[in-house]
Amino acid sequence: MAATISKQIIHGIYDDEVPLLEACKKLKSAGIKIKDVFTPFPIHGIDPIIGVPRTRLAICAFIYGLTGLGLATLMMWYMMVSDWPTDVGGKPNWAYYFNIPAFIPISFESTVFCAGHGMALTYLLRCMLVPGARAKNPDPRTTNDKFMIYLELNDEQAHKAEALLREAGASEINHKGTITEKLAY
Amino acid sequence: MHSESQIREPLILGHKTYAQITDDIIRPVEGKANKYWYMLFTVACLTFLWGLGCLSYTVGVGIGVWGSNNGVDWAWDITNFVWWIGIGHAGTLISAVLLLFRQKWRLGINRSAEAMTIFAVMCAAIFVLFHTGRVWLDYMLFPLPNQFGSLWPNFNSPLLWDVFAVSTYFTISCVFWYIGLIPDFGTIRDRAINPMVKKAYNLLAFGWGGSARHWSRFEEVSLVLAGLSTPLVFSVHSIVSFDFATSILPGWHTTIFPPYFVSGAVFSGFAMVLTLMLIVRKVYNLQAYITVKHVEYMNIVIIVTGSIVGVAYLTELFISWYGGVEFEQYAFLNRATGPYWWAYAAMMTCNVVSPQLFWFKKIRTSLVATFILSIVVNIGMWFERFVIIVPTLCRTFLPSTWNMYHPTFVDIGIFTGTIGMFFTFFLLFSRFFPVIAQAELKTILKISGESQKKEVAEHAHEPAPTHAH
Repeated sequence: MAATISKQIIHGIYDDEVPLLEACKKLKSAGIKIKDVFTPFPIHGIDPIIGVPRTRLAICAFIYGLTGLGLATLMMWYMMVSDWPTDVGGKPNWAYYFNIPAFIPISFESTVFCAGHGMALTYLLRCMLVPGARAKNPDPRTTNDKFMIYLELNDEQAHKAEALLREAGASEINHKGTITEKLAY
Repeated sequence: MHSESQIREPLILGHKTYAQITDDIIRPVEGKANKYWYMLFTVACLTFLWGLGCLSYTVGVGIGVWGSNNGVDWAWDITNFVWWIGIGHAGTLISAVLLLFRQKWRLGINRSAEAMTIFAVMCAAIFVLFHTGRVWLDYMLFPLPNQFGSLWPNFNSPLLWDVFAVSTYFTISCVFWYIGLIPDFGTIRDRAINPMVKKAYNLLAFGWGGSARHWSRFEEVSLVLAGLSTPLVFSVHSIVSFDFATSILPGWHTTIFPPYFVSGAVFSGFAMVLTLMLIVRKVYNLQAYITVKHVEYMNIVIIVTGSIVGVAYLTELFISWYGGVEFEQYAFLNRATGPYWWAYAAMMTCNVVSPQLFWFKKIRTSLVATFILSIVVNIGMWFERFVIIVPTLCRTFLPSTWNMYHPTFVDIGIFTGTIGMFFTFFLLFSRFFPVIAQAELKTILKISGESQKKEVAEHAHEPAPTHAH
């Protein structure tokens, strides 16, 4: 049997990124978990404060790049060496290394092609950014000039968080009802 | 947050707030187009249609309707291809190379420059696709399994490298551009009042919300894509130059071609960015974001790359004399004094002399002078490609094949048609897409905004505030 817990949804809205960062630091030192932050532009230095781990997309790009390099090599080896060794001036292409300088440009292009597209697709899917998806920001003003801290807290913490948000200079604090969550054992 | 030296000029003029940046950049998308837009759009569309007509005529009758002939088998097609693809290079240079170098002034112009890249590569593609003669067989450019037995394209050929380079370049540029556009589409969606408009931009915005996690990934993707696009942009024009440099024709067979072509590409691309941006800032009232300082920075890039191009021309001349090969010597003598001497003279004047005028601060900060010179540079760069291709092919090893090249109305029609297509697409882009990357521009407001800089200067000798409100 899973017990449930009810949590309050709080939107702390700021007019500027400086008080928002201040509020994030305060919440963190009070031990309150920040669910998410919605901002009109990337705020540098916010990730460690609100506990966003460094993304591994670059590692993905590297792996996709190696895949691209491998595929291009395989393709050119099959077409130019294995399937039909082209005879240029009486010198057929018996081995891949005979002709490797000519294969460098396409190996490079294919590496970039796979790394770039693979990474872009992974990014879109990882963020669930797909055509026609519902807007992920709870308040439409956060894509213009408002900065929002989004919290899901129990009653006791909500009370504490609200005071901290206000102290840091929130221009608005909106309560958006409650959600029920399954309690994990 | 760091602050910037007061000596650096602001990149966002006046007292702007985040909301004002949104308003200034999104308003042209939300409002109605003025009559100048419609006038330009009509002219561009008609030119584009004329180009489409000439293309249909080429397909229907055959490639013989072009002026290309038995000696000069590459002429306007490849000249235009190289010209357009070169123009495209500035967009990637601005958005990728300047991102890696953390040049904040890129943010005023990167969006339009990337759009320009994409449209320019599309124009370039038209020429390579149609110059094969039978455009419906162009799928054979790609290594596809086929019914002709073991028939594969030749991977030793720079022409095939070009197929891979240009298609990679085009698709990666599109992705880079679109990923940057997603947050701005989100802004338009959230501001839209008309439900149909909201629906359309909701589709384009992919559900963007601006969560901290997404921004963190966004920045990583931009950085890595910039890192990938930087060598890509250099490789594309190097490979385009291999189309010539790996041949054995005098005048083409030179090792200087890759760097010479790349700097020429950046040179002409920046000129085209200037032509477009000077119009855009005026028409859409964006003088506060695309400032005279931006124009000056771009003109400095033009001096540098234009000088590299000038040095390359002189090096070619010197080496053709110093190398002592009479075929090579004749090729260059023929370029300068042969039947196409006027093209050579136009190239030398427009590319070597005109950019040097930008050494004068008065000229490089004058918008009128910049606009005129930016067009002069692109005329010069068109002639550069013409000079490399046509005079070389009209005087090859066998004097009995010597002949002249004259463009037909179809050649001219297709070329002007691509210019029409370029402007049609660019006008549509500037009408429906934000022409400045407004989300990213907001990140530099506090560092490079005019009034924000002034505020920092006024508080410079006060103790730092302990608590910001």
